[in-house]
Amino acid sequence: MTDKRNIALKVNGVDYERGVDTRMTLVDFLRHELELTGTHVGCEHGVCGACTVLVNGESVRSCLMLAVQANGQSIQTVEGLAVNGELNILQQCFQDHHSLQCGFCTSGMLMTLTEFLRDHPNPTEQEVQEVLSGNLCRCTGYLPIMSAAMDAAQKMREAKV
Amino acid sequence: MNKKWFGASIKRKEDPAFLKGEGQYIDDIHMLGMLHAAFARSPHAHAKILSIDKSKALAVPGVKAVYLYADLPQGVQSRTLPLLVPHPSIIKTKLPFALVKEEACYVGEPIACVIAESRYIAEDAAQLIDIEYEVLDVANDCLDALESPKKRAHLDMESNVAAKFQINVGDTDTAFKGADHVISERYFQHRGGPFFMECRGAIANYDKSADSYTLHVSSQGSHRIKRCMLELFDLSDDQLRVIAPDVGGGFGPKGSYYPEYANVAVASKLLGRPVKWIEDRRENFLTTHQERDQYWDVELAVSKDAKILGLRGRLVHDNGAYVPWGIVVPWISATTVPGPYVIENFKLDVFSMYTNKIQVTSVRGAGRPQAVFAMERLMDRVAQTLGLDAGEVRRRNFIQPEQMPYNVGIIFRDGRPVTYDSGDYPACQAAALAKADYEGFKTRQAKARESGRYLGIGMANAVEATGLGPYEGATVKISTTGKITVYTGAVPQGQSHKTTLAQIAADALNADPQDIQVITGDTALIGLGIGTFAARTAVTAGSSVHMAATDVAHKLKAYGAMMLGCDIDQVEIQAGHVVLRSDPLQRKSFTEISVRSVGMPGFSMANGLAPGLETTSYFTPDRSTYSNGTHVVEVEVDIHTGGVDIVRYTVAHDCGKLINPMVVDGQIIGGIAHGIGNALLEQMVFDDQAQPVSTNFGEYLLPLSTNMPKVDMVHLETPSPLNPLGVKGAGEGGTIPAIAAIISAVEDALSSFEVRISHTPISPQDIVELLGEHALGETAI
Repeated sequence: MTDKRNIALKVNGVDYERGVDTRMTLVDFLRHELELTGTHVGCEHGVCGACTVLVNGESVRSCLMLAVQANGQSIQTVEGLAVNGELNILQQCFQDHHSLQCGFCTSGMLMTLTEFLRDHPNPTEQEVQEVLSGNLCRCTGYLPIMSAAMDAAQKMREAKV
Repeated sequence: MNKKWFGASIKRKEDPAFLKGEGQYIDDIHMLGMLHAAFARSPHAHAKILSIDKSKALAVPGVKAVYLYADLPQGVQSRTLPLLVPHPSIIKTKLPFALVKEEACYVGEPIACVIAESRYIAEDAAQLIDIEYEVLDVANDCLDALESPKKRAHLDMESNVAAKFQINVGDTDTAFKGADHVISERYFQHRGGPFFMECRGAIANYDKSADSYTLHVSSQGSHRIKRCMLELFDLSDDQLRVIAPDVGGGFGPKGSYYPEYANVAVASKLLGRPVKWIEDRRENFLTTHQERDQYWDVELAVSKDAKILGLRGRLVHDNGAYVPWGIVVPWISATTVPGPYVIENFKLDVFSMYTNKIQVTSVRGAGRPQAVFAMERLMDRVAQTLGLDAGEVRRRNFIQPEQMPYNVGIIFRDGRPVTYDSGDYPACQAAALAKADYEGFKTRQAKARESGRYLGIGMANAVEATGLGPYEGATVKISTTGKITVYTGAVPQGQSHKTTLAQIAADALNADPQDIQVITGDTALIGLGIGTFAARTAVTAGSSVHMAATDVAHKLKAYGAMMLGCDIDQVEIQAGHVVLRSDPLQRKSFTEISVRSVGMPGFSMANGLAPGLETTSYFTPDRSTYSNGTHVVEVEVDIHTGGVDIVRYTVAHDCGKLINPMVVDGQIIGGIAHGIGNALLEQMVFDDQAQPVSTNFGEYLLPLSTNMPKVDMVHLETPSPLNPLGVKGAGEGGTIPAIAAIISAVEDALSSFEVRISHTPISPQDIVELLGEHALGETAI
């Protein structure tokens, strides 16, 4: 029941080695072993998206992945978004558009959109609406999150020019 | 009052930390030596416990203790969880113990508490506790519980009626005798749970040397949690500090007190270590309070020109297994019915029923959406019966602005007569209809029909009591480093208190909100508090911040003038200084003044000024202030699939003066999403043994981004005369009329099939069933 394995992985560019219970989920590992508590647990069954992180650049529900499966992988969490402590473009757009209230779903929203906007730099509103339909938010009614995503897409395009 | 910041859509001070993952929610807090709790819960809705064997659980390595009812301290065994709002109409008060004593009354009721080195181990052990049950009859549906009382929710009760009361205004039966038309309807309404994204949780830490506890809890009201704990544990005030950290949504039920909070405190004292419990999502579906079912049998008497003569009926409300909040929800429902309309004769018999389900306490809207649904559906029926426009029927019955303040004739839950303080209901509806291009709808509808598409439009009005008493206090303090801090017992769960309260203080102190720290929800930092619920914080805490900050500004000027050797009316506050108006180079900084104000050891305070730049104020509103709004919804219904697409959503909303319009818009849009869930998606399903069967987000549907229409909004700003800021509450108005308006629109879309909708939520399957053979593709009659 408490079988242990050693794992080595990179989180937000930092290397970690830890011995973990094989049954420990990735999100519990990030939160309680590495003390990266910005990734949140919302449902533990992969629906709400609050625990979304990027594993090798792809969005993953970290409540549905075991920590041992992350051995050798590179992970990005919400703590890895800010640049030198300053909000990045997407984070700043969230503040500008009042895209968060209680803030609990926010990390998952940001990680989902980080992947999406990287792959879809010029999205339509409908595409944004659809990609966000995998993340639950009870506070905002989603509209301000969609506005932030559209605004961020434009600002990210401008920043690249 | 200087209003530089009041009314400005400034960005939120809360956001940077949340956006960087630096929030501190309950499960983010770690304490040295912390243990973890998990619960063994009743799998039956109603059962007697025959025996419990915890030996296997205790044998699991890492398990520190397993507590049953009999293991609780004597005092905790002798008391139930407290009744927060007593009321004489309650026939028998049933409240739970911290752990089930002998009779479990809902699925999920905690029976044993396991404490272990990790949550994983605690859950392993909880499953190993052997509990033998005698399964009992179940009171499932609240109407059945009233009409077939043989199946009882509690063995020691003769019936399932928790409370009954009557609202009676005017002479309703006589009014009905003079009616040209009487409309009779039965409505069944189901509301879902709060489903905040952060589940509940608590950490108790008992300090043996001080014989005192610190409880961190994800709650909407730390002072109320403290009061409950003091009563349950018979503690003195100094023996407990309750702190609400960042709270990931609340929507009402996080304002309640729950048995798990008592258990972690018991365990922490007995084991001498901090103990954490975090609710998982399944527990959240089973054990966090919900709103649920109401049956409304109502009759409306109207004249031939569509004037309301009287309204009467019966409301049967499901309050679940216990009544921690008394009859708050059905009372709010009953008193919300008249809304913006003149109803001189009104009689409603209300039955609040015990069932074997998790308790019903307020969820965003708190009984009001159901009342608005009943009233607004009746208004639609009047329009249909008399062949009048739905907006016109409402217009003919509005309370007029010149009738304000308007006494509705009934008593609200604050104990005061329902008296609307201000508002212009005809203007609000007119603004919403204009913004929604209501006039142009018939053309849009006809055009869509030509291509076989079914558009409908619906509307609903609501009036909402907000800013409920008794008070919410605030302390404003300028420290000897010149920094400004506001302390309040209000506890934000997304409502932006740390920004809006800073805006109010900033105006009084001519400061920048960025420089004002707002500390919420810590019972050690302000003596009294109630908490954030019932759209009350802007009114109560906001007014207290204004009063306290204004007083601190006066103290600043008094000390500043004394130090500058001039009169107080010769100085003003500018950028962290008190300056001589005629010569601004002569000035004293907040720091200098604060240092002077706290005095020096051994020196007497000069001039009789009270020491310190600190004031605590408790604004106590005389009565509730009433917000109002109109929602107009345009939908397209697919008659083959029953799918509803909301194509246009318009809101006119009046919550008095806006502190931060961006924040108010956010509250309203979020509230609308909740209303869309209630109207079309959210259903907590129980089987006939009251076993919950929708216990995850695959089975219980929350609104998604793809369910959200664009929202057009108009703000009316009728100031409230009842508080110094002229504000009213904004937290629930987005939800309250939404359900009625959406259902009205769906029904209108299907008007050519004469479909009538009398329940919520309504699923695509329901719509197809209501359409019958028309769903197969026949064209409209």
